[in-house]
Amino acid sequence: MSQSQLANAQTSAQISLPVAAGQVGRLSQALMAMALGLFAVGMVGFSNIDVVHNAAHDVRHSNAFPCH
Amino acid sequence: MSTFRSIVFASVISGFIVGLVVTVVQQFGTVPLILKAEVFEKAAATHHHDAPVAAEPTAAGHDHSGQEHAAHDHGDHEHGAGDHEHGAGAWEPRDGFERNAYTAAANVLTAIGFALLLAGFFAVRSGVTGMSVSWHEGLLWGLAGFAVFTVAPGLGLPPELPGVPTAPLLSRQIWWLAAVLATAGGLAMIAFRRSVPAAMSGVILLTLPHLIGAPELANVDTNVPSSLTHQFVTAVTVTSLVFWTLLGGVTSAVFARFDRGATV
Repeated sequence: MSQSQLANAQTSAQISLPVAAGQVGRLSQALMAMALGLFAVGMVGFSNIDVVHNAAHDVRHSNAFPCH
Repeated sequence: MSTFRSIVFASVISGFIVGLVVTVVQQFGTVPLILKAEVFEKAAATHHHDAPVAAEPTAAGHDHSGQEHAAHDHGDHEHGAGDHEHGAGAWEPRDGFERNAYTAAANVLTAIGFALLLAGFFAVRSGVTGMSVSWHEGLLWGLAGFAVFTVAPGLGLPPELPGVPTAPLLSRQIWWLAAVLATAGGLAMIAFRRSVPAAMSGVILLTLPHLIGAPELANVDTNVPSSLTHQFVTAVTVTSLVFWTLLGGVTSAVFARFDRGATV
């Protein structure tokens, strides 16, 4: 590896480091939001609590979620 | 603004828009069919309830409380068998405005939930590519959601009307979830890995839940007409297509607006 390539590699490493750290933060935040979304869908569509079932009854049928 | 906040704000806005639009669509598509089926369901339920009391006067005839108890047991038994019987005495919204208001709320919640899922993918995707996800690409993600959450589980477990007997709930929920996961995984393998072995495993994943087969009853005895069921399958599928394409397009557009500062 020539000197200039080495320098390039170092520069790109320096540049990509904070970007990579940002990506991890972005990924974990995205995963958190997705888990929240699945929880909401799970409550509306799959909760066995009678009151939740009765309130969301027509939506469960309309979304073809397994019901009853 | 942090990514999490952008995702949540975008999802709540998109969820409200799409949830309310779909509530209106359902009033013309699925809801009238559900109400029609409930007429058949209630007719069948009163017939069922009367039968044992009339047929076994000696068993329940000792005293009044005994008779009530017998009738109550019968109700519980029906629920366990997967019939459309709500928990005895549990609150349920009154027909008309109240029922539709809860349907609207549940639709908005469902839309927010799925929007959170989509926007999560958009955040990761735009983080990797450095470009925000366009409304057009968002619409394609919506179509993927339609395939994953409606088409794939619907092939094995077609949308059910009230009053149509079905296999035990838990077994159907497990198969539904397995079909969703396998389809999502299969599509991801095909879309994001551009190699022949990955594409082949993707196709295998897509077909696997259907090779195993969804739980079903040996014989379905219902007085809900099959034409009504057929109309319902069409109505659910078309409504869901509207829901997912709209949700994909709107969520991606709104998320890109909130996230603009973060990606640049």
